[in-house]
Amino acid sequence: MIENPLLRHGLLIAAVMYLAWSLGSLEVDWARTAQGADRAGRIFSRMFPPDFDRWSLLLRGIIESLEMALAASFIGMILAIPLGLCAASNIAPRPVYLVARSILVLTRTFHEVIIAILFVKIFGFGPLAGVLTLVVASISFIGKMLAEDIENLGDQQMEAIRATGASFPKVLIYGVMPQILPRYLGVSIYRLDANIRHSTVVGIVGAGGIGQTLSATFSRYDYDFSLAILLTIIALVFLGEFFSNWVRGRLR
Amino acid sequence: MLRIESLSKSYTLDTQALNDVSFEVTEPQVVAIIGPSGAGKSTLIRCINRLVEPSSGHAILNGENVTSLNSSGLRKARRRMGMIFQEYNLVERLTVMENVLSGRLGYVSFWQAWRRSYPPEDIADAFKLLERVGLEGYQDKRADALSGGQRQRVGIARALMQKPDLLLVDEPTASLDPKTSRQVMRILVELAHELHTPTLLNIHDVPLAKNFADRVLGMQDGRLIFDGTTEELTEEALTRIYGEEDWSVDTKKNVDEGVDTASTAFKATST
Amino acid sequence: MNQESSKAGYPEIWKRFTPTQTLVRYLWFMGIVLVAVWSVRHLDIPWFYFLDAHVQAADLAYRMIPPDWSYFDVVAQPLIETIHIATLGTIVTFFIAFPTAFLAARNTTPNQLTWLIGRFILVASRSVNTVVWALLFVAIFGPGPVAGIWAVAFRSIGFMGKLIAEAIEEIDHGPVEAIEATGASRLKVLLIGVLPQVMPVIYGTSIYRWDINIRESTVLGFVGAGGIGIQLYASINQFAWDEVSLMLLTILGVVIISEYVSALVREKIT
Repeated sequence: MIENPLLRHGLLIAAVMYLAWSLGSLEVDWARTAQGADRAGRIFSRMFPPDFDRWSLLLRGIIESLEMALAASFIGMILAIPLGLCAASNIAPRPVYLVARSILVLTRTFHEVIIAILFVKIFGFGPLAGVLTLVVASISFIGKMLAEDIENLGDQQMEAIRATGASFPKVLIYGVMPQILPRYLGVSIYRLDANIRHSTVVGIVGAGGIGQTLSATFSRYDYDFSLAILLTIIALVFLGEFFSNWVRGRLR
Repeated sequence: MLRIESLSKSYTLDTQALNDVSFEVTEPQVVAIIGPSGAGKSTLIRCINRLVEPSSGHAILNGENVTSLNSSGLRKARRRMGMIFQEYNLVERLTVMENVLSGRLGYVSFWQAWRRSYPPEDIADAFKLLERVGLEGYQDKRADALSGGQRQRVGIARALMQKPDLLLVDEPTASLDPKTSRQVMRILVELAHELHTPTLLNIHDVPLAKNFADRVLGMQDGRLIFDGTTEELTEEALTRIYGEEDWSVDTKKNVDEGVDTASTAFKATST
Repeated sequence: MNQESSKAGYPEIWKRFTPTQTLVRYLWFMGIVLVAVWSVRHLDIPWFYFLDAHVQAADLAYRMIPPDWSYFDVVAQPLIETIHIATLGTIVTFFIAFPTAFLAARNTTPNQLTWLIGRFILVASRSVNTVVWALLFVAIFGPGPVAGIWAVAFRSIGFMGKLIAEAIEEIDHGPVEAIEATGASRLKVLLIGVLPQVMPVIYGTSIYRWDINIRESTVLGFVGAGGIGIQLYASINQFAWDEVSLMLLTILGVVIISEYVSALVREKIT
């Protein structure tokens, strides 16, 4: 891989030194960590068999997560259009482009959970904060893809439509929309799948959905119910991925 | 019909893509613009419908100064100027019919454009033009399923849908093989004459230009240095435009047969 | 051809879609809107919260500015810990994702059962969010960076394993057959025939995942799994917004730098 032996060995030594430094600098309660294997065994034995008795609670959480994901994907998909247009350098004026790009960078940098907790502080506990978090994440993700697709389009067809005397909105629906629509829908469906995954976690900081239930089971050492929830989440994510692949396959 | 008055364009401070170009087209004729790469042919065409904003000078179409129009006035002026492109510039994922109808976009409302509900006479016109360019029955094919020659015919139909007062044509054959080039040129020139539409045509292929145009403009370094009929385009004139070269192959009368070799010979020397 | 006289003969109606196609499109469209509307309504969102949202946001911004720069001294160490968690987590993943990928690739897995196991590990790993893994590992190892490292690693296995398995399935079979022909053991075939071909993919995905993991590590502290998230959570709960804004800025800086480094390295090795 690396031809130069000096560089190769240098990198290796640097890696070893980094390992020593990082492991040394971590504040670890080794006595507590040493019990890990032991505790893991106990936790796993308490997890089995998974407890599906409280299925109505489980179902309510899952449905709430699913609704959060659906609502957020739909809203995000629509709001991503103006942001995506503004963030495409070939159609937006320079200042608008710069503002839109900074919004994209900012929203992509912060983890969903950080955004969720800020929304929880503003809007209080509950699904509203969760939906808003997922909306922000969706706008950012779809908007970025949209902007890149528009930039990759090139100017040719837009130039041709402009030359017919069409106004800017008509240039958009004729010169831009048909070319990017299939990928836009594909990305949106993918985002729905991602939102289903993320909706299970924003609840941990109180933003609604099954995550809230899950986090409660951990603090109550209610591990058999935890496992039931985890298995349901895995199944849901699996189904979501399957659905998303199926739809994207049909979109060509 | 069309008057160009000392049109200039500079992209950067020290280079002039277009330098004080003036000429007039007074009758519906096909005017070929020839010249080496980078001579400003494409810039000239695009400055007329302001896809490129000229730095100074005027373009006056049927008495209206296009260069001084505001954006809505410009859109109205663009409706009257059909444009045909080197790379066809069709919207690939739209059908042939939608591409042709897009020539009417300046005349329909946004909602009509969105719903694709064009007036019946536009649709009849589109069918007629499709038949005229030899694409009868292709209306529901997607543009990306067509060959280069077919795409350029759609491009011609789209431009003519505008019922233009002026056709701007930018290297219509540069991406096509010699045989298809001739077919496309023939259709284009026939239609331009038939509809009495003055046509400004960029072309680097001198034999094609001599064969199909009524008048030739020669450009070099952003300046107009030749203006005359195809007969007046002598070896001496070509040398002025392109520089020293043996032009005997290109100035032969029987270009019809010699086009393949001539155009390749020309390309080899010019690049 | 005479254009005027033939005019009457051309169709005056053209439709992009047949009526059935139009109907299907409208049904899809309405279905999507219906599902979205139902979701929003069923969530019982208290819309009146939005009435003073702009006031709240303005108030928040007011409290966040200026950031409490002096707090950086407190944050520096947790910030470094965050990077360590991401890096060490990625290194652990490197060693686990690898064998799992060989199980999950159709052309290197020993049999149908091992393939299923491999696939299940990958799917399960990816389905559970890093933060959820962190909940589990905090219960096991107690609060602290060790839980964070394992959480990062367990989430990344699915991501890297999937990409590596795909790369293995697409390798060139010539060298593999050549080595099999020498009668080499299965492990040798993997090490000599397959591994060198997928190594660039492995390095590339590791670096890519490392950069994602930096972002993930910033929130592990919310559930006690180490890193800057602990301080961030504390400051948010105390409404110390000037500290929060400082931490958000440092996170922004670290994430952007790591993204840049990751892009740079990936460009170098591919």
